[in-house]
Amino acid sequence: MTAKPEMTASEIASAVARGKMSALDATEAALARIKQHDGVFNSFTDLTDDRARAKARAVDADIAAGKTVGPLAGVPFAVKNLFDVAGLPTRAGSKINRDLAPSKRDATLIERMEAAGAVLVGALNMGEYAYDFTGENVHDGPSRNPHDTTRMAGGSSGGSGSAVGGALVPIALGSDTNGSIRVPSSFCGIFGLKPTYGRLSRARTFPFVASLDHLGPFARSVTDLALAYDAMQGPDADDGACTTRGLEPTLPLLANPVSDLRIAIAGGHFQKNVFPEAVEAVSRVAKALGATRVVDVPEASRARAAAYVITTTEGASLHLDRLRKRPNDFDPAVRDRLIAGAMVPAPLVDRAQKFRRWYRAQFAEIFKSVDVLIAPATPCTAPKLGQVNFNLDGVELPVRANIGIHTQPISFIGLPVVAVPVPLEPLPIGVQIIAAPWREDIALRVAHALEKMGVVAAPSPKGF
Amino acid sequence: MAEPLDDYIDAVSKALTLPVEEAWRPAVRANLEVSLRLGRLVDEFALPDETEPAPIFTA
Repeated sequence: MTAKPEMTASEIASAVARGKMSALDATEAALARIKQHDGVFNSFTDLTDDRARAKARAVDADIAAGKTVGPLAGVPFAVKNLFDVAGLPTRAGSKINRDLAPSKRDATLIERMEAAGAVLVGALNMGEYAYDFTGENVHDGPSRNPHDTTRMAGGSSGGSGSAVGGALVPIALGSDTNGSIRVPSSFCGIFGLKPTYGRLSRARTFPFVASLDHLGPFARSVTDLALAYDAMQGPDADDGACTTRGLEPTLPLLANPVSDLRIAIAGGHFQKNVFPEAVEAVSRVAKALGATRVVDVPEASRARAAAYVITTTEGASLHLDRLRKRPNDFDPAVRDRLIAGAMVPAPLVDRAQKFRRWYRAQFAEIFKSVDVLIAPATPCTAPKLGQVNFNLDGVELPVRANIGIHTQPISFIGLPVVAVPVPLEPLPIGVQIIAAPWREDIALRVAHALEKMGVVAAPSPKGF
Repeated sequence: MAEPLDDYIDAVSKALTLPVEEAWRPAVRANLEVSLRLGRLVDEFALPDETEPAPIFTA
């Protein structure tokens, strides 16, 4: 059996475990495809060929010796370049970090993926220091959208979106502070999971906003998303915000019916500031799920404002010394935002954190009568690379700051979300399936049901 | 004519020893205006005195 470009992770792992395909063949196929197409997509910044082949051979040796292999045996994957990869400096999309010493140890999530048998093939392009929604990078060039390479992949995990959307790898890992998993998922037409805040360890990844940073997987199917997510769960003393909850596997629950779930459409803020394609996508998902109830989310616009304040100030604090010493080595747009963030008066930050508690309590009320909320992932399909403004509800607004207008009020309180791709023509767009804290299983179950109904799917990258 | 925020930017730049070159000033000012506008939205919302912040957030 030879590896085909759009084989899912579960198909690869099954073929490898049954001896129908070697892990090395699966790895070589991914490496060849990356070399063939990534000159256009620009999703990878580093290839770890030698390491990947060594890992794949080790998986094959285990199988030959009759040992049990993990659920991701032989599955190629890649990580946003803010993950520590042993032997590489963790550049986090920056020029400055390339001067760091090579990492001594992999990020926890890489270790867990590899413990499940997956094979790391490289590190992925991203917006500088993750302060980005476009996937553009002045140092490495933009990650390109696999469905139209003149368009944005979305950010900041642009390379993750582009690599999975372009079927270079079946699984990628990324980070999401304000939408950086859900936005590239939407623009690139793939599935993305932003778990509950604190669910997956962030140990040995380069931070952005400690209060809001999450990590999670991207994939071309919900089963693959659940496979990767389940492999990465578990407490980790190396991340102070990581939960001590035990493993809560989702894969066995995926096929459970969704008819007992109370599903509603997020109203108010989430029905404003949208282009027709976002309205259409939400409508298709709601119709398929039989959801007609609209639930107003109070103060979502203010939540976005508070997320913005926390982001810009914590980001500024993180980079203060680099802003002093190497201001000209930043992307100027990122630098100027961070400098402004350093100048925001402290009481506003404190109030933003207090408002977060208040807003969290409003959602706790909503989740007493609702299991799932549906909302747009982005206001529009992928804009053109370099596009500066768009006209949203009759107002000319900057693209960069407003792409995450519907994702920010959700990550602000750490709710788990699966971004599902609605395969509209000519470009796909994502919808957020939002669940209560720690109920990733419910969001994944709904996403799986939609996938089975054919309402959501990762479209093939045409011409690649 | 000096912009209203320029004195503030100069003062904080000095207090934090954070350089702001003249060429960057318009973009820094524009970003700060956005941050302060959004910060005002947060500021205007009345919260009980007992409200706890969420420095390490639990969802």
